[in-house]
Amino acid sequence: MTALRSFVARRLLLGVVQTVAVVLLVFTLTEALPGDAAVALAGDDPDPARIAAIREAMHLDRPAWERLGDWAMGLLHGDLGTSLASGRPVSQYIADGFGPTLLLAALTVAVLVPVGFGLGVLAARHEGRLVDRLISSVTLAVYAVPEFALGVLLVTVFALQLGWLPPTAVGFGTDLLGHPAALMLPVLVLLSRPVCSLARLMRAGMIDALASPYVSQARRYGVTGARIRYAHALPNALAPATQQLARTIDWLLSGVIVVEALYVIPGLGTVLLNAVAERDVPVVQGLAVVFGVLTVALNLGADLVAHRLAPRAGVAA
Amino acid sequence: MHDESPRPLPSSAPFAESFPGLRRRGFLAATAVTGAASLGALALTGCGGGARDGGSGGDGKPKRGGRLRAAFAGGGAGETLDPHLSNLFADVARAKALFDKLADYGADLSAQPRLAEKWEANKALDRWQVTLRKATFHDGRPVTAQDVLYSYRRIADPKKAFRAKASLEPIDLDASRPTGRRSVEFVLKRPTAEFPNVLAAFGAYIVPENATDFDKKPIGSGPFRFVSFAPGRSAVFRRYEEYWDGAPHLDELEFIVANEESARVNALLGGQVEYAHELNPTTARAHEGRGQIGIVRLRNSAMQAFCMKTDRAPFDDKRVREAFFLIADREELVRGALSGAGEIGNDLFGKGYEYYADSLPQREQDLDRARVLLKKAGAENLKVTLDTSAVAAGFTEAASIFRDQAKKAGVTLDVKMGSKDSYWNDILDGGTLCCYRSGAMPIESHVSQRLLTDSTTNATKWKHKDFDALYQQVQSTRDKKERAAVYERMQRRLYTEGGFLVWGFADWILGTARTVKGVERKAPANTLDWARFDKVWLA
Repeated sequence: MTALRSFVARRLLLGVVQTVAVVLLVFTLTEALPGDAAVALAGDDPDPARIAAIREAMHLDRPAWERLGDWAMGLLHGDLGTSLASGRPVSQYIADGFGPTLLLAALTVAVLVPVGFGLGVLAARHEGRLVDRLISSVTLAVYAVPEFALGVLLVTVFALQLGWLPPTAVGFGTDLLGHPAALMLPVLVLLSRPVCSLARLMRAGMIDALASPYVSQARRYGVTGARIRYAHALPNALAPATQQLARTIDWLLSGVIVVEALYVIPGLGTVLLNAVAERDVPVVQGLAVVFGVLTVALNLGADLVAHRLAPRAGVAA
Repeated sequence: MHDESPRPLPSSAPFAESFPGLRRRGFLAATAVTGAASLGALALTGCGGGARDGGSGGDGKPKRGGRLRAAFAGGGAGETLDPHLSNLFADVARAKALFDKLADYGADLSAQPRLAEKWEANKALDRWQVTLRKATFHDGRPVTAQDVLYSYRRIADPKKAFRAKASLEPIDLDASRPTGRRSVEFVLKRPTAEFPNVLAAFGAYIVPENATDFDKKPIGSGPFRFVSFAPGRSAVFRRYEEYWDGAPHLDELEFIVANEESARVNALLGGQVEYAHELNPTTARAHEGRGQIGIVRLRNSAMQAFCMKTDRAPFDDKRVREAFFLIADREELVRGALSGAGEIGNDLFGKGYEYYADSLPQREQDLDRARVLLKKAGAENLKVTLDTSAVAAGFTEAASIFRDQAKKAGVTLDVKMGSKDSYWNDILDGGTLCCYRSGAMPIESHVSQRLLTDSTTNATKWKHKDFDALYQQVQSTRDKKERAAVYERMQRRLYTEGGFLVWGFADWILGTARTVKGVERKAPANTLDWARFDKVWLA
């Protein structure tokens, strides 16, 4: 167990380094972009005197390293800084965007896990037969459809033609749970590709596991088919899928820009998009920290789960 | 855009994982911002104004009641209700529901009295007596001269960077003073015959004295009063019964932010909103006359131009400028870059506006003459870089169409894509030829902001003392007819040898539910009757 503990410690330390690196990179890249928040705000009225005044009001006239330093000092005290564009705290931006993002992610994962794993196992059980071929080809086809295309298609058919569901979540604000019908289409779009990748991964893992020597051995011992499949083969097949699932959750939590824009859901993706367009560096940095921490935590979690499922595989640190 | 591969990656590469993640978001930002890009582009340049009942004639008798939901592209979580910070169309639409200006622009961009009942200048045109009408703020207090002076001084605060500051520059605010409860004497730094344009300036809203916080419970004198506001999401306002211009027909008005055009259209088609601002020409064509939704085209809303820097080669030679005027096939540009949603231009700003010189002959493409002019100027086989960017609808299309047109006259245009977020700043001093657009504003404002030696955004580098003198003459001429004659002289000069190749005027397109009546159809975007909801009702 000490090996595991030191692994976790090393991974957490690495995670901190990675998050710092991401923040530095984001800061450097945003600084390297042409124009700054003052120029972006001035828009099509680039009166030089006005830009200079905005720059001063935003304290952008101070050297970059000083601004980064101040922000980093604040971060040590748990302060993510204030937005250049509005002067509101960055934490407020993130808190406001996180609710809808979390809701969408939770709903998606709640459907994704049973459906993705289930389809994979089902296909593996019927390897090479009609069911497998059907699942494999449909998942491949759906996987190839870009999100925005699927999104537009679903809106056209289910909302505008049939009128079964609302086309967007416009006007519902943060009260999305009160309007579950508005969440159907976005969740469907979010599910489309992860379900396919997860099912295909699961199928491959199951087929590999079912063809492995320990399964043949179990069969020779007369263990029942169901027990072999679910008690012996499944955990081994789950390990790689868990990591894929973690990456999917990370993706869902880091702002799903296309879906948010299409269905007007004010989540973190929208916050990020606006912040980049406004060159609102503190908000972008704050989001980078949050996304960095999420990525590290989720990957660590996935590794630990994978280790628990298949200790034999060891943990690659 | 779920771009994870179905293969598990070794868990030892989390950095590699977060990096593509970043790249993916960056990429999406780049594409999806086209919607938000229009944001920057949509930032209005001018302001709003006055003719009533223009398009509501056939809509029958107004009906009271109901809530109208209006979808606009917005500014995200950084949005504010501070009317002096208005920058985007959504900001202005909200500001004009809550607040009033002293004047606003009519459909021809002439200043119409609003909170100001009347204005009167002294003989020298440098002192103006403005009388306020009897109006009250939402908390019942009357709108007074003190409120007006407070508002203007707040805008002019040198520590702040309010957009209207430059417009209020002619006013000497230290010398201006109240001359009664409802009258103000504005002392100006110089004669300003078009002073009412200043009162109608973009963002020059009147707020109660000492008001500083506008996001909690803003108090204005506008047709609607504040109910709630969630930045980047929605704002709900309710009818103000005591509004001086008559209480609105609607009970409630909700502004909803939806940045993607497709989302605004879908919400409108699905009955989730009753009004969708800023639609694409293709959307308009698909739904026009189908009866499901109403399409409103606000003509002459956005000037489309190429901007030639007249202070540097090759455009410092007016023959080259004229040649470029003659290269443009304006019909083709309007068809291609605006999808037909607009009208052709005649190298002058402000088609359909007050003082527009419509007596000048419409310029047509004449490649032979263009070639002759270029030859005379010694500019055969000319190569010029044309700056463009996805900052406004139709820019990149216009650039490539014009490149093909120029080729026919032997001119090679090298189209260069610039960054959206800094485009307007980049082209102000850099480059020689660029795509340009402008929202509606009076011709006088266009001249003062862009065509004088000391103009702040003089992108054509048009700096001529005699032209400046003409502008001074306009501002010191009391008689309107005489002023019109001077405007005509200025425009004739620009038409012959100016730096703006104005090839078109884009429509501004709105969508409305069939129940929405009383939407003005003649007011260009930026004028009083654009996005004005107190005269709208639900049938």
